[in-house]
Parts: sequence; C-alpha cells; structure tokens
Amino acid sequence: MSPTTPAWLVLAFPLVGTAAIGLGWRRLAGRSAGWIATGSIALSFAGSIGVLISLLGRPPAERQVVSTLYDYANTVGVDARLTILVDPVSVFMILVVSGISMLIHLYSVAYMASDRGYVRFFSYLNYFVFSMLLLVLAGNFVALIIGWAFVGAASYLLISFWYRRTTATAAGIKAFVMNVIGDAGLVLGTYFIFSHVGTLDFLKTFDALPRAFAGHQGDLVAGCLLLLVGAFAKSAQIPLHTWLPDAMEGPTPVSALIHAATMVTAGVYLIARMHPLFEQAPAAADVGAILGCATLLMAATIGLAVTDLKRVIAYSTMSQIGYMIMGVSSGAYAAGLFHLYTHAFFKALLFMAAGSLIGAMAGIQSLDRMGGFRRAMPFTFGCFVIGGLALSAVPPFSGYFSKDDILVAVANRGGWHWALYVLGYLGSFITAVYTFRMIFRAFLGQPVEQARELEAGHLHHADAPVNPMTGEEEDPDVGFPGPEHHIAERSPSMRIAMAVLAFGAVVAGLVQVPGVTDVIEKFLAPSFQGSPLFEATPPPDLVVVGLVLGAVVGVSGIALAWLVWVRRPGTAGRIRRRLSGVYELLVNKWYFDELYDAAFVRPGAALGRFAQQTFERVFVDRTLVGGTTGIVRAGSTAVRAAQTGFLRYYAALLVVGVAAVALYFLIAS
Amino acid sequence: MALGWYLTVSALVFCLGAAGVLIRRNPLVILLCLELMLNGGNLALVAFSRGHGSADGQIFALIVMVVAACEVVVGLGLIVAIHRRRLPVDVDELSELRG
Amino acid sequence: MTEVLFFIAGVGAIAGAMGVIGFGNAFYSVLSLVFHLISLAVLFLLLQAQFVAAAQVVVYAGAVMVLYVFVVAYVGGKGQSLAPVGPALTPLAAVFAAALAVELLIALLGSGLSVVNSTGAASGASFGTPEQIGELFLTKFLLAFEVASYLLLVAAVGAVILARRRRGLPDEPTPAPSHVESPRLALVGTMAETVHALPESERSPAHRGGW
Repeated sequence: MSPTTPAWLVLAFPLVGTAAIGLGWRRLAGRSAGWIATGSIALSFAGSIGVLISLLGRPPAERQVVSTLYDYANTVGVDARLTILVDPVSVFMILVVSGISMLIHLYSVAYMASDRGYVRFFSYLNYFVFSMLLLVLAGNFVALIIGWAFVGAASYLLISFWYRRTTATAAGIKAFVMNVIGDAGLVLGTYFIFSHVGTLDFLKTFDALPRAFAGHQGDLVAGCLLLLVGAFAKSAQIPLHTWLPDAMEGPTPVSALIHAATMVTAGVYLIARMHPLFEQAPAAADVGAILGCATLLMAATIGLAVTDLKRVIAYSTMSQIGYMIMGVSSGAYAAGLFHLYTHAFFKALLFMAAGSLIGAMAGIQSLDRMGGFRRAMPFTFGCFVIGGLALSAVPPFSGYFSKDDILVAVANRGGWHWALYVLGYLGSFITAVYTFRMIFRAFLGQPVEQARELEAGHLHHADAPVNPMTGEEEDPDVGFPGPEHHIAERSPSMRIAMAVLAFGAVVAGLVQVPGVTDVIEKFLAPSFQGSPLFEATPPPDLVVVGLVLGAVVGVSGIALAWLVWVRRPGTAGRIRRRLSGVYELLVNKWYFDELYDAAFVRPGAALGRFAQQTFERVFVDRTLVGGTTGIVRAGSTAVRAAQTGFLRYYAALLVVGVAAVALYFLIAS
Repeated sequence: MALGWYLTVSALVFCLGAAGVLIRRNPLVILLCLELMLNGGNLALVAFSRGHGSADGQIFALIVMVVAACEVVVGLGLIVAIHRRRLPVDVDELSELRG
Repeated sequence: MTEVLFFIAGVGAIAGAMGVIGFGNAFYSVLSLVFHLISLAVLFLLLQAQFVAAAQVVVYAGAVMVLYVFVVAYVGGKGQSLAPVGPALTPLAAVFAAALAVELLIALLGSGLSVVNSTGAASGASFGTPEQIGELFLTKFLLAFEVASYLLLVAAVGAVILARRRRGLPDEPTPAPSHVESPRLALVGTMAETVHALPESERSPAHRGGW
C-alpha cells in the first residue's frame, strides 16, 4: 500500500472531528466532545504509524512519495493542486504532532471540563491539528500556505478563547497580526521562487534548483529571506517575537500544544524543508542562524526576570526554538528536528504541570505568590523536575542529547560559527538557571496558603475570579474560564497524559546518542540526500568535548539557581537592586513592545485617525460623494422642470417632437 | 378625384385637431379634438384602401372607430368623476402631477 | 359630379373642424363635430367605403356624439376665457400645428407614391360592401374583431368604475335654490345656529355620514 493512503486518513480524521464537534455541538452530552476529539487524534496518530510502517517498507531511495487529490488550477504555468508529500521529514513531523496532540487532548478533557466553551474548545483544537498536519504534509507551496494560514487562524481562535477577557482578545489580535506579516513574507517568498523555477511543487522545485537561479542569486536570497520572515513570525523569533508571551492568555493546553510543541516549530520545519534553497543562498541561512542565536540569548535573559509562571515557560520556548532555528540554518537538520522532537515532550510536560499548579492556585499565575507546593502536589512537582532537567540539558534526559547535537554541528561548520557555539552554551547555562529558579520558587520554601489548604485536602477556591494579569473581576460564564480548577493529583486523564510525556522526556533522547544510536539521522537521511551540510559529521573529539561541556553547564546552572534562591534567599533581591537598570531592561522584555508601539502602532493609529476624520469626512463624503449627488440633483432639477403638470404643455411637447422627427425623416430621405 | 386631395383634407383635419388640443382648456373639447385627429387618420386609411384596392384599410378604420369609442367612454367617465368631486373642469387647474 | 361633392364635403369637414376648436361653448363644439363627421361620411362614400360611412354615421355621429351631448349637458359647457392660466400657447400652437401640417403635406404629396395621383386601383362593385367587410372580419381579421369586442367590454367596465359614487366622499350637492327660503337659511347667523339647534335635515351635507 502506498504510504500516501494512510497519510490522507491522517489528515481526514481531525477534519471530520472538528466538523462533527462543531456542527453537532447541541447534541453532544457532557464530556463526549472531548472524547470524540481525543479519539480522532488517536486515530490520526495510528494513521501516522501506518504511514511510517509503509514508508519503512520501501528502500531508502524511494521514500519521497507524492500524492495529489485535487487540481485546483493547473494552467498557464501555475500548478496549484492539493498535493501531499510523504517523506521522512513529514512523517517525523506528523508523528510528533499527532502524538503530542493526542496527549494534550487527553489532558484537556479533564482540564477544561467545567468551562462553558468546552465543545468549542475541542472543535478549535481539532481544527488546529488538522491545519498543522496539512502544513507539514504539504507537497507544494499552495498547500503549505493554506496550512500556514489555517494554523494562524486556529492560533487566534484559541488564544482569544476566553473572548470576554479583553487581555485575551488583544493578545489574539496581536498574534494574528504578526502571523499575517509572516504569511505575507511566505507568499512573497513563494512568488520569488516560483518566478524562476516555474512550478509550485516542492520536489520539482528542488530538482530545478541549481540552474533556475543562475545569474539571479539576488532573487534567491530575497526569496529565502522572505521565507525566513514567515518562519520567524510563526516561530516567534526576533523581530517578530512579541506575540508569544501575550499568547499565554489562552488556556494552558493551548499553550502546551500550539505555543510549545507544534505551531511554533513550523518555522523550523519550513527551513528544514527548504534546505536546498537555503544551501544555495548562504546569506539568508546565516541571517537565520544569527537571529536564532540572538533570540535564544535574549529570551533566556528575560526568563530570569519575569514572574508570571506561564511567561517564563513561554520565553524558554522562544529560546529553545532559537536553538532549533540556529541549528537548521547552519545545516544541522537532523539535530534541529531531533531537538524539536524532544522539546515537544518536555515543554508540553512543563506547560501541563504549570496548568496543574495554576489550578491549585485558583488562577493566580505569579511566582511571587507561590511557594512550597512540594508536599501538596508531589506528582506535579515530579513532572516539573523531570521537565526542568530535560530543559536544562542534564544527562541522561532527552534535552541533553538534542541540544548538544545542535551545538556540536554548529561548531563543526567552523569559521564564525564558533561564536554561535559559545553563545549557545551561555544560553544553555542561563536556561538552567531560570528553569530551576521557577521550580525552586514555586515548590520549595514555606508553603503558601493555597499549598497548606491543599495539604489539608481542600482545593483552594478564589473568592472572586479575577483576570490574572490585570486583576479585574470576571464571572465564570461563557467567554471566561469556568468556575472549577483542575489539578493533576485529582484527575486521572491529566495524570496519564503527563506521565507519558514525562517518560518521553526521560528516554526520548536515547534514540540519538552520539556514537551509539543514530535512529533519527538515518531515518531522515532520504529527505536530505545530496546536502553537503547534512553529510558533514563532526569529529569525535568535538563530540566528546560537547557532551562534557553540556553536562557541566547544565549542572552548574542548577547549582547557581540553588544557591541564589534556596540557600541564600535574599541574594536575588540584592542583585536586583544592584543591577536595577539591567533588571528593568529584562522585565520590560528589552523594550521591544515599546519600540513597536512607537514605530508602528502609533503612526498606524494616527494614519487611521487622519483617514477617518480628514480624508473620509472631507474628501470622500463631501467632495466625491456630495459632489456626485450634487451634480445628479442639479441634473434632475433641470430635467424636472419639464414636469409642469399642465396637460397642454405636454401635448405641445408631443406635437413638437412628432414634427421634429418627421422633419428629420423628410430631410434624410 | 385624385387621392392626393383626400390626403390633403386628412392632413389638415389632423393638424387642426392637434392645434385644438394645444389651445383648449376644457377637457371635453380636448377630447373632441382628439376625435378630430382620429378621424383625420381614418380618412387617410380609407383613401389608401381605395388606392390599393384592398379593403384592409377600411377594416382598420372600423377598428379605429371602436378604439375611439372606448377612449371616449373612459375619458368621459373621468370627466364625470372630476365634476363629481367638485374640481374645476379645466386642464390648467388640474396640474397636481408635477415634478 | 364627384368633384363638386368632394369640395362640398371637404370644405364642410374643415369648417366643422375649425368650429370644434373655435367655439367657446362646448355644446357648439359638439355640434360642429357632428357636422364634421357627416361630411366625413360623405367623403367615405366617395371613396367607395359604404359600410364605413354607414358605421361613421350610425355609431360615431349617432352614439358616441349623443354620449358627448349628455355629458356636456351634465358637466356644463360654459364658455371659458381664452386667457389661459397655464402656458400661453395659442400663437405657439398655431405655429406648431402649421409646421406639422406642412411636413405632412410634403410627406404625402411629395412622396412620389403613384397612388397619390391616381384615382385608385380598379375595384369591383363588391368593394367596400358589408359582405366584403363582414367576410374580412370573420376570416382575415378575426383576431382583431374578437380583441375589439374585449376592448369594448373593458372600456365599459372601466367607465362604470371611474364614474361611480364612492361612499363617504362628498357627493355633488343639490344646487341650493337661491330664491327659496329654506329653514336652514332662515336660521343661519342666529343664536339657533350656535347652539346647534338647526334642523337636522338641513345641516350641511358634508357633516352627514360622520366624515
């Protein structure tokens, strides 16, 4: 059986799920919507495994299969068709996406149970999974752009899920606008590439590549840079990164799925997929690598300062994606995708655990008000620790092997890439510090009131539900979070999902231990054949140095965090006072929001005001529209003068008319 | 007599009727002038019918008479209705249908 | 002989027409039109259209004009001042009509139609007879015949509807006889009027029926 048949099923299941839930919402009782959604993603995951098996049954040279369902327009040189490409990269991605999505759906069944928008949530979530699968299975630029746009729409719908909360809707709009900038970049980049290659299909593009841009290197670089704009908007890298922290306004499962494991990795996937283009345009690839490195450092430093729990994890996502982008831009394709895979496990796990903790805090997300939950929530604590260790790249957890793989491959490029290597380890150190800062502040120390209540067996309930960011009061009606909070210790489905992810966070890295196993690299090889960067293997001594350095950096970071936040609790306060300028910079997220506000938002608003008050009111309303109606009115007044109401006048006109016509005919004949 | 004479009479009668429509203000007399115009047309029809030697023109003239009769009936009904409403029976006064 | 008859009838027709537009009294206009119609009937006879002539006299002059006479009697054909309230059209009307006449004459006489100069095609004795007309009506022009009867029906119904009395609307008043002392007029202007003591039947008809 061709591997594309189960691939179409993989796409079909979430689509059917979202349609069934969305259209039949009135008839779905209780939690059945959640189980239907989870079931459809589970079927999708099963389908993905079917694709994998089918693909592995073929020799490596034949592992790039294309299948077309529908010709939308196939004329005048434009071949816009609904095509999927099943090759190792896409199979890898659909396994990750459908697997993690399945677990997050399972988690959400319990987490969102008391929300009035429960059914809507699962419809949107299935729609998102469908879009993401379409994006990674796309076989040509058209399907890619469609999937890209759908994913942006799903992100907007889910970020502003609690739509009566103004902060949520503002965040949704911000995310969507930045995504659209990325969409524009993607489409323009496609145009640049298409105009030289003449086809929209991926495989045909890659085949035509060396000759098509001969003499037009500038166009190729421009196209690749525009593709990077798209990738950076979706993956929240500098300069299009400001939407990701605000996107934490969405429910925690959304943050776990979209803004940690899947959607934000679309940029990484894009660069990996377009690797022939980027290898021909090294300038664009270098830009990507540098910006990825800059992002990973910047995000890591901000993570040291912010106090909102979900935002710390969001910045860590931004930072880790920076690693992946840096990796795939430097040619470490297998390593970048490997880190994508391990990151999905531990980041989703961290978000799920954060959701559990926020549930125990009855909606409060600030680290300043948390503390000492270790005894009250042992399972959540354990998940946080496992996720944190994986994130901090401590051996033998999964994050260690994948991050290490990337950094070693980057160093292997030589030249100025050594700077990226060093900065990568610096970022790794800071990562360990802020990760365990978060864990120590939340779980160690004196238990806060909510923790003491939970130890006594009572889940804390807020007096009045408030918006965690602004503190304004809300009510648990539709459009706001539901009245109940759910924690992992009390919900079996949440525990199962988190346990599976924790297991993955521990062992997932073992498939690619340098020198021992290289499952992923061998699996992905057919997609990257012919790529010199992929073939480059780092020398063993570099690998060993990397492994040792990575372990040292990770452990020392945890030790520093222990020192500052546990052994000598006042240290953090003293450092903040001494370096208050730096602290202000970090807490204000390096002033990017203020910069964009001044550069784009204010002029845009001013332009809008000018357009509305001056242009619209004076020019369009009075001159164009008023002028046109004035002319018409004058004309009709002139013509109306003929309607005097006198019968004899009309008869006279008639006679004159007849005489005139007769005269004309007399003369003409 | 050559038919041209009959046609001359017909044209003159027609134009006199047209002039009458433009000059008179009593709607009854206007209707009478309309009758004049119709009769002018009838005369032309019958003349040509005699000229061509086919009686089709005469049939046409008879139908014109039927139509004239209908038109007179309806027009007079209108005038009676106007008179009943105690409006002035004068087309210059009845000028409310203006733009 | 025919020429003499033609001239008499032709002049009569034109004189009748001028009378229609010239007389101030509508009644005299109606009578002139009758005269015009009869002259036209003579012209038709000269053109060998016997049936049409007979129909002209019987139907047109006989029935339609009688209807006119009734309506003129009802409405009143008092003379109008020839000073129009609306557009002053008399001189202009003459100009327009004269222009139209000139054009028509040019068109008819200068057209070069051979028929204009001849006395007509050869026609048998059965030309214009009722038999021929009847046969044509029932064979070639059957549709026109039927439609004409339908048209008459519609016109009759229309006229009845237009001229009927509507309930509630002020009807035409009985003309107040000025020389008769009616009880109402005797009390108008006295205290009896102000205290609504006028005899009920003499109240203004506009207030009858609760309008």
